[in-house]
Amino acid sequence: MTVMQQPSGAEILLRALRDQGVEVIFGYPGGAVLPIYDAIFQQNSIRHILVRHEQAAVHAAEGYARSTGKVGVVLVTSGPGATNAVTGLVDALMDSIPVVCLTGQVPTHLIGNDAFQEADTTGITRAATKQNYLVRQSEDLARTVHEAFYIARSGRPGPVLIDLPKDILIAPAPYQPASAEPHRSYRPATEPDPARIKEAVRLLKGAKRPIVYSGGGVINSGDAASEALVAFVRATGVPCTSTLMGLGAYPSNDPQFLGMLGMHGTFEANNAMHGCDVMLNIGARFDDRVTGRINAFSPGSRKIHADIDPSSINKNVLVDVPIVGDAARVMEALLAAWHADDARQDREALAGWWRQIDAWRAVDSLKYTQDSGPGAIIKPQHAIRRLYEITRETGRETFITTEVGQHQMWAAQHYRFDKPNRWMTSGGLGTMGYGLPAAMGVQIAHPDALVVDISGEASVQMNIQEMATLAQYRLPVKVFILNNQYMGMVRQWQELLHGGRYSESYSESLPDFVKLAEAFHGVGLRATGIDDLDRVIREMIAIDRPVIADICVDQKENCFPMIPSGAAHNEMILGPEHQDRTASITDEGLMLV
Amino acid sequence: MPKDIPHPAAPPTFSGKEAAALPHRSATISVLVDNESGVLARVIGLFAGRGYNIDSLTVASVDAGGSRSRINIVTSGTDMVIEQIKAQLARLVPVYRIAELSQEGPHLARELAMVKVISDGANRAEALRLAEAFRARVIDATVESFVFELTGGTQKLDSFIELLRPIGLAEVSRTGVAAIARGTRMLSASPH
Repeated sequence: MTVMQQPSGAEILLRALRDQGVEVIFGYPGGAVLPIYDAIFQQNSIRHILVRHEQAAVHAAEGYARSTGKVGVVLVTSGPGATNAVTGLVDALMDSIPVVCLTGQVPTHLIGNDAFQEADTTGITRAATKQNYLVRQSEDLARTVHEAFYIARSGRPGPVLIDLPKDILIAPAPYQPASAEPHRSYRPATEPDPARIKEAVRLLKGAKRPIVYSGGGVINSGDAASEALVAFVRATGVPCTSTLMGLGAYPSNDPQFLGMLGMHGTFEANNAMHGCDVMLNIGARFDDRVTGRINAFSPGSRKIHADIDPSSINKNVLVDVPIVGDAARVMEALLAAWHADDARQDREALAGWWRQIDAWRAVDSLKYTQDSGPGAIIKPQHAIRRLYEITRETGRETFITTEVGQHQMWAAQHYRFDKPNRWMTSGGLGTMGYGLPAAMGVQIAHPDALVVDISGEASVQMNIQEMATLAQYRLPVKVFILNNQYMGMVRQWQELLHGGRYSESYSESLPDFVKLAEAFHGVGLRATGIDDLDRVIREMIAIDRPVIADICVDQKENCFPMIPSGAAHNEMILGPEHQDRTASITDEGLMLV
Repeated sequence: MPKDIPHPAAPPTFSGKEAAALPHRSATISVLVDNESGVLARVIGLFAGRGYNIDSLTVASVDAGGSRSRINIVTSGTDMVIEQIKAQLARLVPVYRIAELSQEGPHLARELAMVKVISDGANRAEALRLAEAFRARVIDATVESFVFELTGGTQKLDSFIELLRPIGLAEVSRTGVAAIARGTRMLSASPH
């Protein structure tokens, strides 16, 4: 007879992760988590991806989560491991991305003693997570892991952290499967109130100038939400715009799509938001990048706001019809109620509204002029247009991530998404250094897909060390750098708002990105003029290894249209292609970021 | 029969209202929470991080097993801000229930103050007379000092303390507001 030894906390942890369907962990070892790494070594069902910095582990998990709809998992050590992960956690919190982050902690008897690599991780991350836990007793371990996954993916998703003292990982622990009982306190509502749905349909049917404004909530809800959104917009014939986070939920080549709205949104989208009489916001949160000056935001409209998080409703903008529910359920209910309601839609008014929108569209606010002469300098917008067109020609499944800044906005404007979960960008927190590790996570989840990080030469350096991770796991991620040798968005604001005083925004002493790629066992390519562009893009796509494509673009190009800080939607600045339209920035606007 | 105070799952409509024109008001909010570590820090952090006022905050375990606590918060803001505070509180994971007692029917709100007065002569006699008028109890006395205990609404405590200020008020310790609904309505842990 053999005596069965009870498994250790670390083994129980892995068992709970397996039961939650976890296949991949992004992490970095250290003293406090050695028992977990030992347990990982002795099993084969969960794969561990060794990153080069803990922030990158969280972004990689975000990329994994956003491209699959699953929960991303992170494992880091105590102290600096945990503090390095904080930026990633806040990023996931702001963008509502389901992530479970496991952090090591000093043994329970040392907590509070300023032990080596001790940090008050739950204290530090309380405002950086949706929920966090410190496991103090072995019998709580398995239950806490299951609860963390439930919290991360339910309602409005978000990051959840579990702090694991080393003694808990070593001591034997009992296993409990996930409970079928509902959570004792956290039960977000997903079914919309039918009375509110009816009210919303009545408003939309009577509307003369309606608009649908969709956001990241539609993506988070899953494919059914995007399908229901498309079905509703098509059935009603109304125009649809999207936030940065929502791109892809509605196909961007569809004639009813007005493009992105907000600070760098299209002329037609922003003017339609300003001039509409009924607005349906589905899964967006009236962010300041979307609304512009809040008291001048869409002044004449009745607003319907559907969100799974009641605290998003009436936070920035007071609404007429609040609807709490999951985006898919809300859109399905709206469509059913639309067909059931016997009131007639004012199709004539809608046709007039479309004529107005088409007039705004004719302004062609994303227009740029690419000089085609030999050696002509590459316009960044054109680089993205060509990247889009060429990737489309290949017919390959393509995922795009970005860093933060001008290149991000140009990507949002000029790359066209027609499916959800193909576009990963740091929207809420605006984290430079997001794109490369996020692309890594996407490529792990989709090994055969084409994954491109559209980046800038400044942002990419914030997590450039992850090139080593790409090499180690043979991840053929493409880093497509729009290199203008400036922190472009900072430079643009300095030009427009600070008298052209380019304080600290020039990227001095840039690395040679071609050699840098080679140093990291990848391939470096460079395009310095328009004649190189297509060749470099095609070559980049064809190479089955990590590639950095250094695209040298026009240094002075600005991102337009732009709603200056403190201005309203109808006060957009258009680019040099549209010299006749200008707007000025107020002192109040200068204080805004 | 006890009646549940409904959890504010449905946000109100602000149809036709302007955010800037909403009046400022005070609100007494009770929150029933899981008694897990850090839950108070979570609530306070929410108020600090989002710039809401805390005029008073009390917390204590309220069930037999010590597994649930009740937090009473007195805050102020416009309707929009107070609705936002309630929604933010309601979405915290360890929160079972919240109720704005000051909006949902009649309620009782009380706090306790211990007030130390150091004085002599006429002032000492006057302090004692005021205590009697306010029905405050003397819970400690020396030849130079009294400690009074007074329970009541915030305003009653404020006026008592103000009256004692010129006649030897030395130190005040207050509990903050505890509140409960009148009648059979109650805040129970049945999930929202």
